[in-house]
Amino acid sequence: MKKIEAIIKPFKLDEVKTALTEIGVNGLTVIEAKGFGRQKGHTETYRGSEYTLEFIPKVKIEVVVQNDQLDKALAAIINTAKTGKIGDGKIFISTLDEVIRIRTGEKGATAI
Amino acid sequence: MYPTTYEKTMTNRFARFLTVLLLICASHRGLAQTATAPAATNNAPAAAPAPAVPTPDPQGYNTGAGSDAADASNTAILLTAPTDLSADDQKDTNKVAAFNTAKKAFDDQQGQIKLEPLAVRSLDAVGHNRVAINFMWTLVTGFLVMFMQAGFALVETGLCRAKNAGHTMAMNFMIYPMGMLGFYVCGFAFMFGGLGAIGTMGGYAGLNHELTVNIFGKPFGLIGLKGFMLQGAGYDCAAFALFLFQMVFMDTTATIPTGGAAERWKFSAFMIYGCCIGTFMYPVFGNWVWGGGWLSQLGANFGLGHGHVDFAGSSVVHMQGGVIALIYCWLIGPRYGKYDANGKLVHPIPAHNIPLVMLGTFILAFGWFGFNPGSSLAGTELRIAVVAVNTMLASATGALGATLWMWWVRTKKPDPSMMCNGMLAGLVAITCPCAFVSAGGASLLGLVAGVLVVESVFFFDKIGIDDCVGAISVHGVNGAWGCLSLGLFADGTYGEGWNNVPGKVTGLFYGGGFSQLIAEAIGVTTCFITLSILSLIAYYIAETLVGNRCSLETEIEGLDIPEMGAYGYTGVTMDRASETPVGPGGQGMPAKWANKVK
Repeated sequence: MKKIEAIIKPFKLDEVKTALTEIGVNGLTVIEAKGFGRQKGHTETYRGSEYTLEFIPKVKIEVVVQNDQLDKALAAIINTAKTGKIGDGKIFISTLDEVIRIRTGEKGATAI
Repeated sequence: MYPTTYEKTMTNRFARFLTVLLLICASHRGLAQTATAPAATNNAPAAAPAPAVPTPDPQGYNTGAGSDAADASNTAILLTAPTDLSADDQKDTNKVAAFNTAKKAFDDQQGQIKLEPLAVRSLDAVGHNRVAINFMWTLVTGFLVMFMQAGFALVETGLCRAKNAGHTMAMNFMIYPMGMLGFYVCGFAFMFGGLGAIGTMGGYAGLNHELTVNIFGKPFGLIGLKGFMLQGAGYDCAAFALFLFQMVFMDTTATIPTGGAAERWKFSAFMIYGCCIGTFMYPVFGNWVWGGGWLSQLGANFGLGHGHVDFAGSSVVHMQGGVIALIYCWLIGPRYGKYDANGKLVHPIPAHNIPLVMLGTFILAFGWFGFNPGSSLAGTELRIAVVAVNTMLASATGALGATLWMWWVRTKKPDPSMMCNGMLAGLVAITCPCAFVSAGGASLLGLVAGVLVVESVFFFDKIGIDDCVGAISVHGVNGAWGCLSLGLFADGTYGEGWNNVPGKVTGLFYGGGFSQLIAEAIGVTTCFITLSILSLIAYYIAETLVGNRCSLETEIEGLDIPEMGAYGYTGVTMDRASETPVGPGGQGMPAKWANKVK
């Protein structure tokens, strides 16, 4: 099992979610996040004065998939979240030890 | 962090402040001695001494009678007996003829009255009703102005950060009782104790003791001295109506600086300010303009237009508040993080709730229909329709002016908070001239106010005076502009006999010459100087007793918990990542203010 953590532009969330559902992903966690990367914040104005916001609002999604679903899921995220402009985000993939469904105590693939 | 420098600077500042105080006292000692003499002999500058001691009428049974009945042009229906001619006047055939005509008219009316006693009783009811309409108007518009407290609270809190919402709101809340009680104890007496007859409300003349000095052979009314705690001469229904109306005006002034110096002002120091504002800061200049004091008599005494005319308080209410805000914002220093150590504006501190700001602005614009038209103190004075329309026109052009100026000239966006400042600027500017200008004049001066407020906000931001809500620009700068605009735009259709000067109020653009403009300029200058001094006094009283500025830790944490013990928003996640970065200690403030932050 793999855990995918993807940081994406907030307005892309719906598209990404739809694409993941279509390939059979049936669970997703969304976290409103802020941060900076190479984009280094962005400029806003308040009462005529420009200033830099050092942390940019992003959405972080967490999704757990079986190993054979991984490539399809990554492709779905990349295809939908990509705008080609700076600030599209990043994907982090890690191997997962165990998944447990709290209600039934099921473990592993059936618990995803 | 900077105890030594800080203490040293404070000691120096306090010493300088004491020196200034002593100088002021010394230079006034000469005047004070001359002051007692005329006051003791009751040489009041305004109207001649009343023939009998006016009896207060707390019940209201004797206020408003036949003598108050008047036609639309305010001419009394009951004639009064002409005063007997002096020996000199009896040689003047014209005066004798006029006397005889008046005497005959009076005698004829007296004859009719004897024949129709019921008509006279009916006239009593008419007069009473006229006065009652004026009472109603004054009270109801006063209630509207009271509601402006809510508007101020929302505007100021919305423009501050969420972490200070409870504190900012609490200041706006407590200034209402604090200011009111001070005004009740002595402020009202200082301001209106020498007013003389309250013309539109039955003519009660019990508030008739003005402390006066003679300068250049002319009487200068300085301060009123009757009606303390609304006792004695103050216990009269007309005086009470006047108190209510003027109290809510005073509280408008009082709540202006709470926005300017918000987000860093200790609540204890604010409470001391609350004691000062209603008792002595507001009433002094107020007496000079509205209480029969010397600025209102500039016309009668020195031929300057109608004296300093301020219909509803551009100077008395708004500019006073603006100058206090200026002095407080300047002395208390900018919020931490807004400027870097070199004094460059690096992080504007955005409003946390624009919907609150806009709701508050609309409440204020609504309350202004009490503020300006109510200042006639007369519902029977039909000019109130012109006043109300002028008020709304200036609010519209002010908002439009600020929006377009931001959008097209200054930046590329129509800033929402500046729209609100623009509308308020238009309202502040029209407050003084609202009764004396045409609709076109009102629109134009409101438009100028909208541009002026934007430029002023930029200016104060640039020089490092951090005003969280634009109070200095909205109320101070546009208060001054409002008064000057009366000297320019007054169209000569209204104000016959204003401040005992014959003729109507006329400004420069309508052929009135510079005289009215000069009177307004003197009023504005006097307001700036007087309120600067009074603000310094109030500021340093609090600085000495408790200190005005909260600690840096409190400021970064937000004042809600350290100062008030309760959040403005509980259960709401604060977006601290969007807040102004504070940087390492000592770097979020221009060097000259660094000693403020510990």
